[in-house]
Amino acid sequence: MEKWECDVCGYVYDPAVGDSSAGIAPGTPFEDLPDDWVCPDCGVGKDQFSKLE
Amino acid sequence: MDPVQLKDKIYWVGAVDWDMRYFHGPIFSTHRGTTYNSYLIVDEKIALVDTVYPPFAGEMLKRIKKVIDPSRIDCIIINHVEIDHSGALPEVMKLAPGAKIYCSPRAREGLRKHFQGEWDYRVVKTGDELPLGRRTLSFIEAPMLHWPDSMFTYVKEEALLMPNDAFGQHLASAFRFDDQVDNKMIMEEAARYYANILYPFSGLVLKKLEELAALGIPISMIAPSHGIIWRKNPGQIIEAYRRWASGDWLPKAVVVYDTMWGSTAAMARAIVEGLASEGVDARLFKVSLRDINGIITELLEARLLVVGSPTINRSYLSALSPFLDDLAGLKPVNRLGAAFGSYGWSRGAVKDIEAKLEAAGLTLAGEGLEIAWVPDAGELESCRQWGRALARKIKEK
Repeated sequence: MEKWECDVCGYVYDPAVGDSSAGIAPGTPFEDLPDDWVCPDCGVGKDQFSKLE
Repeated sequence: MDPVQLKDKIYWVGAVDWDMRYFHGPIFSTHRGTTYNSYLIVDEKIALVDTVYPPFAGEMLKRIKKVIDPSRIDCIIINHVEIDHSGALPEVMKLAPGAKIYCSPRAREGLRKHFQGEWDYRVVKTGDELPLGRRTLSFIEAPMLHWPDSMFTYVKEEALLMPNDAFGQHLASAFRFDDQVDNKMIMEEAARYYANILYPFSGLVLKKLEELAALGIPISMIAPSHGIIWRKNPGQIIEAYRRWASGDWLPKAVVVYDTMWGSTAAMARAIVEGLASEGVDARLFKVSLRDINGIITELLEARLLVVGSPTINRSYLSALSPFLDDLAGLKPVNRLGAAFGSYGWSRGAVKDIEAKLEAAGLTLAGEGLEIAWVPDAGELESCRQWGRALARKIKEK
């Protein structure tokens, strides 16, 4: 599963880790995050993320 | 200066900082000072929207006291945690210990870390409303415009937007409104503010403008937290933000260089001549003599940035570093770049500058230009040719 990086602040979403601050379980792919999920560090939306190659 | 009424029983109670010359520590020059705008809304409930930088707490409280006893403040809206706006909060809380603090979730975390005050926080999100009596406040979260905690407050019945740092300018004045101050000066400072603070968030600015338009809320006045209040023509600054965030440009070029013994300077002047001969408004900046924030501001209009340095120790002069570092963080939108410089034996400056320009998101407009030792007449002509070729790239769109 790919990691995704926040273009604004550089936070990296790692599906293996999930996002416990928003109740996102480990193993959740980026695509399956809810539409209203925001970057836990800076608060911008999913559309501000880019896939890490 | 007395409190200034924006709307019926809505007052500016902030402070004017005529002496501020460097903001954010040493990195942002503010040649015209600044203001910290705090607003008092007197209704059945009394609300204070933002405060001021701590050294100006007394000045703000003096103004508030001319309107009401500060102990009567019921609600304090903190749109942004940065201390030039929240810094006087502890002083206000001493006088109004029962006041409730309305802010975004991230602002609450930030305020707790800044002030260790266990106050009565009411966390709000976009769409939440706070009725004051005749007037109602509504809140619009604005993460990363320009901190995670940033928020706008909107007074519905007055169509008054209080967007904190957005649409602001560092401009000290005895006057508060756009129709009282030279418009060119306000726009210069608004541009300087955008370029040096909001540039990297341009994508978010465009989204926020779309969101405001989609909400369909009328805006009769914009009262930012720095500088002049947009009363006569709030559309002017909204349109300017749209232009700046979109990367619109004019046929302008900014040539930034430094030099050791004059060879790169001679190249720079010839390049400017070449650009100008094609009708491009080319502006030359020797970086060690100039204000970096001013150069960055020029990029809001200029399509092309040309950077020159001789090679020393296999790279560019360290005099260029603060400018190039700033550029990399600010990420100008939709801009072309090119590099040039003289060298003696080994090269490296041009290659390293090009890497920096690309890291800042610029598209290289052509191959770099390098000349050994001192440019002769023929080589200066090739600099002019190089400038002319870049000018044509600008026009290609």
